Amino acid sequence: MIDFANVGAITLKELRDALRNRWFIVFTVAFAVLALALSALTQNSGSLTRTVSYSRTAASLINLVMLFVPLISLTLGSANLVGDRETGALFYLLAQPVSRVEVLLGKYLGLAGALLATLTLGFGAAGAALALQGSLQDAGSYLFSVVLAYLLALAMLSLGFLMSALARRTTAALGGALFLWLLLVFIGDLGVMGASVAMRLPIETVFAVVVVNPLQMFKIASILTIQASLEVLGPAGMYAADQFGGLLLPLLLSGLVLWIVIPLAAALSLFARQEKFIVKRSAPA
Amino acid sequence: MMITAKNLSKRYGRALALDNLSFTIEPGEAVALWGANGAGKTTTLRCLLGVQGFEGELRVNGIDVAQNSKAARASIGYVPQEARFYDMPVLETLHFYARLKKASAARVGAVLEQVQLTAHQNKRVSMLSGGMKQRLALAAALLSDPPILVLDEPTANLDVQAQRDFIQTVQALNQSGKTIVFSSHRLDEVIALGSRVLVLSEGRLLLECAPPELASKLGLHRWLRIWVAAQHKEPTLRLLNEQGYTFMPNGRSVYVQVSLGGKIAPLRSLEQASIPVEDFDLIEGEMSPLEGNHD
Repeated sequence: MIDFANVGAITLKELRDALRNRWFIVFTVAFAVLALALSALTQNSGSLTRTVSYSRTAASLINLVMLFVPLISLTLGSANLVGDRETGALFYLLAQPVSRVEVLLGKYLGLAGALLATLTLGFGAAGAALALQGSLQDAGSYLFSVVLAYLLALAMLSLGFLMSALARRTTAALGGALFLWLLLVFIGDLGVMGASVAMRLPIETVFAVVVVNPLQMFKIASILTIQASLEVLGPAGMYAADQFGGLLLPLLLSGLVLWIVIPLAAALSLFARQEKFIVKRSAPA
Repeated sequence: MMITAKNLSKRYGRALALDNLSFTIEPGEAVALWGANGAGKTTTLRCLLGVQGFEGELRVNGIDVAQNSKAARASIGYVPQEARFYDMPVLETLHFYARLKKASAARVGAVLEQVQLTAHQNKRVSMLSGGMKQRLALAAALLSDPPILVLDEPTANLDVQAQRDFIQTVQALNQSGKTIVFSSHRLDEVIALGSRVLVLSEGRLLLECAPPELASKLGLHRWLRIWVAAQHKEPTLRLLNEQGYTFMPNGRSVYVQVSLGGKIAPLRSLEQASIPVEDFDLIEGEMSPLEGNHD
């Protein structure tokens, strides 16, 4: 049985650790400044209508989220368990009256809270700038975009924790996280595009391959949210709109939720069963 | 019985770390686990904590460890050889572990007082000395006032004075009724603290005796423990090796086997080689031969 008081205690500790983490502070400030700068820059085109201007800002924020959020979520998550194991702090923690499920959930929720606070700050700053300029045409869709960014951050954090549960060393976990980031951000986009041209893949295959990537799920869902049309995505987007219609957005949301739940459940399962996760370096005497 | 182990076995891959180990510990006893590296001391303590799987039956304070390790851990205060805390201030560290142990916030102040760390409560853990960290680990272990204390070579990395202070504190806790289970390589520590010794060898119980009988039953030797600064450790080991000493590095110190009339000889050799000795201690009756080291 899970003791949520223990989960809460570990969550609070992780939140405090994140707030003291220099890299996390740098990321938070950079994300907020970039979000604010993007909203200011995309508003300065006087010839555009406010609706178009808002769409451009939202699209820029989507691209910012797709680059930054997976990077910080994957690296924070992947360094967490394995880092504590390397210092020996994890063994000492597990020698207390806590279960491994409580430890992992507490750590996940603490980092998730820190990440969501960062996103809220970045989106909040950009949203406030838009509102002040009178360009925030649809606050509801803007807020929904923020929720999608939250889901993406949580999915990437789950994948990071899975890496951390699999790896024996922090360097290996971080290397894996960076590789996964490259795979999802660049190869998952440009690679699929190139392969579809070179191999003349049918459109439904291209769509299926694209949509497996949580980043693309986030992207398609975000575009649907801000302009309700997928023409911008070309034939694959048209195909998706034709094939799934109004079901597309709920399907994409479900997909993102699965990307949160499945890697986290796998990390929990590994962490709960394997003894290597607690034993530090040398074999016990 | 406070602790009952029946046919406890544990494998790491092909290696058998514990081999049908059975023992019992009464409430209020202070039982030492003695043995060379690889004898199974740490593995036994880890089984008591329920942080790794095992075969056999193990009950701690009436709780089946295999069935409910978390409840078993609630009956135990654990002090490792070198506690690895998160780098928070001392007070925050204790409040964190107090929440996990369901101890009241008032206990934090009480245990800080008990281990004499009140003056250091606002320091970060990374700023504490080794002795202070061990006292902090003891404070954390005492937060929920558990009936059992499990100590895994708790003084291995401490200087002589810190060792004595630590042992005195644990003696007082034992006299107040706590059951103590500890592993040690030091006969003086076992005699000072233990009421009974379980001698382990290759995961089996080799011998069970009173601490004063241990030296004669095992044919133990005299050891000189020498502390040198980290940068002088390698030259020290090289010198001792060149001069044919039997020695064993252990944390920040080195154990050197000495004869009755030759206690000063290793210190003189180090002085001649311009290697400054920070501290030393004579230990009667350490086990021999020693295998490997405890770094």
